[in-house]
Amino acid sequence: MSQTYTPVERTATGKKLAGPVGWLDERLGLAGPAKKNLRKVFPEHWSFMLGEVALWSFVVLLITGVFLTLWFDPSMAETTYTGSYRPLNGVEMSVAYASSLDISFDIRGGLLLRQMHHWAAHLFIAAMFVHMLRVFFTGAYRKPRELNWLIGLGLLMLGILGGFSGYSLPDDLLSGTGLRIADGMIKSIPLIGTHVSFFLFGGEFPGDQIIGRLYMVHILLIPALLLGLIAAHMLLLVYHKHTQFPGPGRTNENVVGYPALPVYIAKAGGFFFIVFGVIASMAALFTVNAVWIYGPYNPAEVTAGSQPDWYMGFAEGALRIFPPLEWSWFGSTWAMSVFIPGLGFLGLLFVALGVWPFIERAITRDEREHHLLERPRNNPTRTGLGVAGMTWFGLLWIGGGNDVIALKFGLDLNAITWFLRVGIFVGPVIAFIVTRRICISLQRKDNEVLTHGYETGVIDRSPDGGYSERHAALPIEKQYAVTSAKERPKAIEAPELVDENGVDAPRSRRERLRHRMRRFYYFGSGAVDKPTAEDMAHAEEHLRGSNEHPIELGEDFQGVSETGVPRVH
Amino acid sequence: MTQELEKTTPAGDPIADPGLPEHQYRPQDVDPAQEKRTERQIATMFGVATLLLLGFCVAYFTIDQDALIFVNGAGTGGWSAMNFTLGLTLGGALLLIGTGIIQWAKKLMGDHEIIEMRHPARSSEEDRSAVMADINAGIEESGIGRRPLIRNSLLGALGAMGLPAIVMLRDLGPLPGDKLMHTVWKPGMRVVNDVSGQPIRPSDVEVGQLVNGQPAIFFETDDEGHAVMHGHDVLNAKAKAAVILVRMRPEDITPAEGRENWGVDGILCYSKICTHVGCPISLWEQQTHHLLCPCHQSTFDLADNGKVIFGPAYRPLPQLPLAVDEEGYLVAVSDFPEIVGPSYSFLDRDQKKLDEEMA
Repeated sequence: MSQTYTPVERTATGKKLAGPVGWLDERLGLAGPAKKNLRKVFPEHWSFMLGEVALWSFVVLLITGVFLTLWFDPSMAETTYTGSYRPLNGVEMSVAYASSLDISFDIRGGLLLRQMHHWAAHLFIAAMFVHMLRVFFTGAYRKPRELNWLIGLGLLMLGILGGFSGYSLPDDLLSGTGLRIADGMIKSIPLIGTHVSFFLFGGEFPGDQIIGRLYMVHILLIPALLLGLIAAHMLLLVYHKHTQFPGPGRTNENVVGYPALPVYIAKAGGFFFIVFGVIASMAALFTVNAVWIYGPYNPAEVTAGSQPDWYMGFAEGALRIFPPLEWSWFGSTWAMSVFIPGLGFLGLLFVALGVWPFIERAITRDEREHHLLERPRNNPTRTGLGVAGMTWFGLLWIGGGNDVIALKFGLDLNAITWFLRVGIFVGPVIAFIVTRRICISLQRKDNEVLTHGYETGVIDRSPDGGYSERHAALPIEKQYAVTSAKERPKAIEAPELVDENGVDAPRSRRERLRHRMRRFYYFGSGAVDKPTAEDMAHAEEHLRGSNEHPIELGEDFQGVSETGVPRVH
Repeated sequence: MTQELEKTTPAGDPIADPGLPEHQYRPQDVDPAQEKRTERQIATMFGVATLLLLGFCVAYFTIDQDALIFVNGAGTGGWSAMNFTLGLTLGGALLLIGTGIIQWAKKLMGDHEIIEMRHPARSSEEDRSAVMADINAGIEESGIGRRPLIRNSLLGALGAMGLPAIVMLRDLGPLPGDKLMHTVWKPGMRVVNDVSGQPIRPSDVEVGQLVNGQPAIFFETDDEGHAVMHGHDVLNAKAKAAVILVRMRPEDITPAEGRENWGVDGILCYSKICTHVGCPISLWEQQTHHLLCPCHQSTFDLADNGKVIFGPAYRPLPQLPLAVDEEGYLVAVSDFPEIVGPSYSFLDRDQKKLDEEMA
């Protein structure tokens, strides 16, 4: 706390540090960059932790993965199991599956490692998804962060591939079925699919190559790419400085928070142990991917209710609900009912996410840098599109479990499939319209609270017997946070489609399209304008009157809860 | 460190920035006793974490790997004592370390918020021009623009560098050839039970029953008692040759033209491999004669030549013509006349070739 003005070289710590810092700096010259970054400021908000969950889960994946490689043997050679799991004693299986069983039953702590690794993978991908939604809905991907958004998409894609290649390695019945489906998807690629499949599997499915090849992809290729992209992601984060939510003292030109050294490093570092600890506890308490129950892979067997890990669920759902569609053309077969949902939908999702920041910028032509996050309600179109996308994803996800849903809820499987076939078109549209309306209503609500105060829960009785609820003005910090967060809508001018001679202006078609897109995009942002300074002055005058009532509310008063108890903060 | 903010109102904003809220002191900042207490709490967390980690090591060496805990009344279920103890000691220790560090940061470390100014991502105009000048000088001095011959031949050579990398992939696997056209089924090969390997008589299959079958060759041995096929050859062959036998009342079956004699007393044999993406199909609805794939719910009507009646599969389920050999066992009349398994990129070509062979 106490501020000293002794030069740092003369303090006790300074004397100790001078040696090592000098030694390093004379060789690395890092004092320059370190000066800028050691006390770098990071803003705080719970939603900024989501990306951290992903980062730390990845570190846990690396640690547990290194341990697992010590015992896992990715060979597809046939062997007879003689380990300590009795139900499979004497069963023919691949060495990969046998070594997965050994890790689970004969290596002490091996089961814990396997389950930690698998839970960490779930958490890694889930955290990436949620982090991405946070970035999308708050507009954090806007200039100058578009490239980091693309890097993030790359990370998500690699994470999903890492997950798929990883859960295929134990060569159990469930993962083998997953590979069988992947093989079917690859074979459906027009013209070259069969060759690609034969090259990947080293011949006919299942062959004796695929596990070894996936192992290389899983432990070398994907982690190396992930590490590189994570490094780029973090470097850009440091360079751009983290975005922040609007609030008192927080502007587009500054960043308010705690310094990296020591507070933020301690918090983020401590959070690593929390994530690690949660994963270890989950591995202790909840079984994940119990490969010993499924048995070794056998292409003639399958269990009902076979499902991939959840992040592949939407692609699985797409495969399930797509209607039969296939045509033949000069000896080639175009299995569209496999290719479109299996590979096309995945591509569609990532392409749509990848181009969105650029489409948005083409519409707004906004050249400014954005470091303040937008509240989702203040951009109804973007929020609506996001929720529409989530609805689409969610419906496909339901499709991925349609058999289980039919069973558990006693529904007709075919009816669910038909519902989803229609639903993936209608659902997102409804979700979009409803979300946009909700956003607009929330903006109106904001304005109402700003200009008429919030409901205190205090009922006044007037001398003539009437009752009314007292309203009070929001604290000035909140008023500022709400109003400064919102931009005033720009007037949308009709494009000039003809020049002064009445001739169609060049690029008039493009301008017309852009005009239409702008009207679509700004719908709702313009419907509710935030109050003006005059409105707020009015409001202040109006609400000031409430102080004339006999009961003083006091400075700490925060309203009354539904049970009539005054709220305290 | 803290900078005084200019209190400005951007044009049109109704409320002026009130600036950062006043700093709130924590109990630990003002009360030395509270500070000491927090210090002790955090140190206790680290201490307990150390004990838990030692406990992890003790558990590793003392707990029997097969020991179960929480076994229910029926004597089934139960959790691995080893996994439970190792996981909770490790998890507990990590959570305590993490909580301790975060408590330290939140309650004891300096908590003054700091304001840092941002700078536009772009560099200064001078830097930019300097870079452009440098690039320009590089282009000029290298003459890359003026010497298209060198540039283009180099680009060509670099492009050709990709060729070895692609060509090297050739030996990843054999070419498909016509491998997907045929299965191991041969005329006269017995259909055997997929678990026991026993041949099947028509009388072994009851009406409404489904039997999982395999070609007899998977269970055959040579003179020295070695299996004829083993290891991956069996798995690869199985991925195409697995079949199901179903028996329906003959009057329920509506065979297509030319398939009237493919069954034996209402017993029909179909490929078990789904024509969608190749899952083994096994869900048999006895009453409706429907066979449902558990992976993507393609549904085939086995009384109607394996026709697709629901789901994403496009091609009907291939049927294996059946007969009975002199000993009274079910045998295949030929290989599948239709290609089995998932559709692939030149299935149509193979199917035409197969039609010619069969004819």
